[in-house]
Amino acid sequence: MERTLTLLSFGAEGWGDEIAAGVLVTVSLALATLPLGLAAGFMIALAKQSEERSLRLAANVYTTIFRGLPELLTLFLVFYGVQLGVQRVVALFSPGTSIEINAFVAGMVALGVVFSSYASEVFLSAFRAIPRGQYEGGYAIGLSNWQTMRLVVLPQLVRIALPGLSNLWLILLKDTALVSVIGLSDIIRQAGIAARVTKEAFLFFGIACVLYLVLAIISSIAFGAIERWTGRSEPAR
Amino acid sequence: MKIILDNVIKTFDTFRAVHGVSLEIGSGELVALLGPSGSGKTTILRMVAGLEYADGGAIYFGDEDATEIPVRQRGVGFVFQHYALFPHMTVGENVAFGMKVSKVRRAKPEIDARVEELLRLVKLDGLGNRFPTQISGGQRQRVALARALAVDPKVLLLDEPFGALDANVRRDLRRWLREIHDELGITTLFVTHDQEEALDLADRVVILDQGRIVQQGTPEDVCRRPDSAFVMKFLGDTNRLPGTASGGRAVIAGASFDAQGVADGPVELLARPGDLGWQTDGGGIPAQVTRVIDRPEGRRVLARTEGGEVVELDVAADTKIAANDRGFIQVLRCNVFAA
Repeated sequence: MERTLTLLSFGAEGWGDEIAAGVLVTVSLALATLPLGLAAGFMIALAKQSEERSLRLAANVYTTIFRGLPELLTLFLVFYGVQLGVQRVVALFSPGTSIEINAFVAGMVALGVVFSSYASEVFLSAFRAIPRGQYEGGYAIGLSNWQTMRLVVLPQLVRIALPGLSNLWLILLKDTALVSVIGLSDIIRQAGIAARVTKEAFLFFGIACVLYLVLAIISSIAFGAIERWTGRSEPAR
Repeated sequence: MKIILDNVIKTFDTFRAVHGVSLEIGSGELVALLGPSGSGKTTILRMVAGLEYADGGAIYFGDEDATEIPVRQRGVGFVFQHYALFPHMTVGENVAFGMKVSKVRRAKPEIDARVEELLRLVKLDGLGNRFPTQISGGQRQRVALARALAVDPKVLLLDEPFGALDANVRRDLRRWLREIHDELGITTLFVTHDQEEALDLADRVVILDQGRIVQQGTPEDVCRRPDSAFVMKFLGDTNRLPGTASGGRAVIAGASFDAQGVADGPVELLARPGDLGWQTDGGGIPAQVTRVIDRPEGRRVLARTEGGEVVELDVAADTKIAANDRGFIQVLRCNVFAA
């Protein structure tokens, strides 16, 4: 028991500070990816409903690809593929220059495109659940298209999409574990290093489990509160 | 504000919904667009609102050509059939919303006072903090009207305003809408497929069929002087008896009727149940009672003529009559049209 507490303590003897740093990386990555994924997902959902056929096609191709590929493969494509592409372009202008893509940014982009693909479907369903009369109600009292979208549609869209988006957030939170393979020091990577060094794999991966569960529970509580607030206009059941 | 529709046409893909409709609605008038499903009445209303654009013809608001003006610039108040209240806003916020986003800047106290005034007008004072899901259908309809009136519209448009409500609520709201119209004097155009609603509420009724106006006039005009068999049948329960016209007279079920202006040949006599009488002896169309239905306002008698047609007629509640009785149907008032 004493050894366990020592291993989990903060400071030179223990791994507490490394694990805490891993939690910070995991949460930071998820939080940085979320707005990117939401914004892209929203734009893709708009494109999927566009009257412009080419936009619809592009959006459908995008979501088909990134929902079809394993997340890990997408991460490799972004981290190695983009890096390779950028280096080749740079080599044309400045031979011998080496460019490295930041692992955090690569993780953010890779998880962002996957998240946005799924989020676009959630938004699309939410758009379809809002009656046409809501748009017309906005126009009839003098709102522009943009005002109607911002003031009438979006607040309803959020309420309808929230359960689906909270699901996607939890998936995103867990998918951050994949960035450990490209050298980012998240919970999984730090737990893995600690397990190898101390030969206490069960302890450290158990701690990782607990941390992910705690993050999931906190997220669920937060989303529950948001859902209650956005659903305040609903009749009591 | 006067509204003029000049030869307005609307086509959806290959289907022509409105065929060259011309109509003038006087300033302060309350006009009903009445017709069966698919007659084009809602399409006309939506074109007046600017929610649909006409493919041909023109729409004028006063002297201004509004045909191409988008809905948000037309200054109309639109009340939707299913209310289209914003569910994430309270009743008060729904009513205030149009004023808050208007180009005409108003101070918050002024908006609040106007909301209170409108909620009082629609008899919903005290409900401003409730959400639309927390009030009844009739109350939602009144909120929708208050929201439409909040933007001080030049024209008020209502699409089947009471269509989703039960009969008693409809009756109350009809009376109330008429009172509000008389109080505000705003030019109002409303769509309905309910004849009673149109006749009860409107100064003028415009009857449509398959995208064309078939008759327009005061409720009395369309009821008492229908232009066609369609109008007469559409406006309420109608009995139809076939016959033949010759030289301005029509012979129907052995009885002779005036048929001035009707071409010689096969005709049909149309009469409402209330325009027929029953007597056990004397003249009329011989018939036998098949069924008697008791209603709060009297008795509805179903009788079969010798020609086999079933005729419905209304008699007083205390009339002694029973199934299998024989007698004569008296035609007190009727219309004869070419068949």
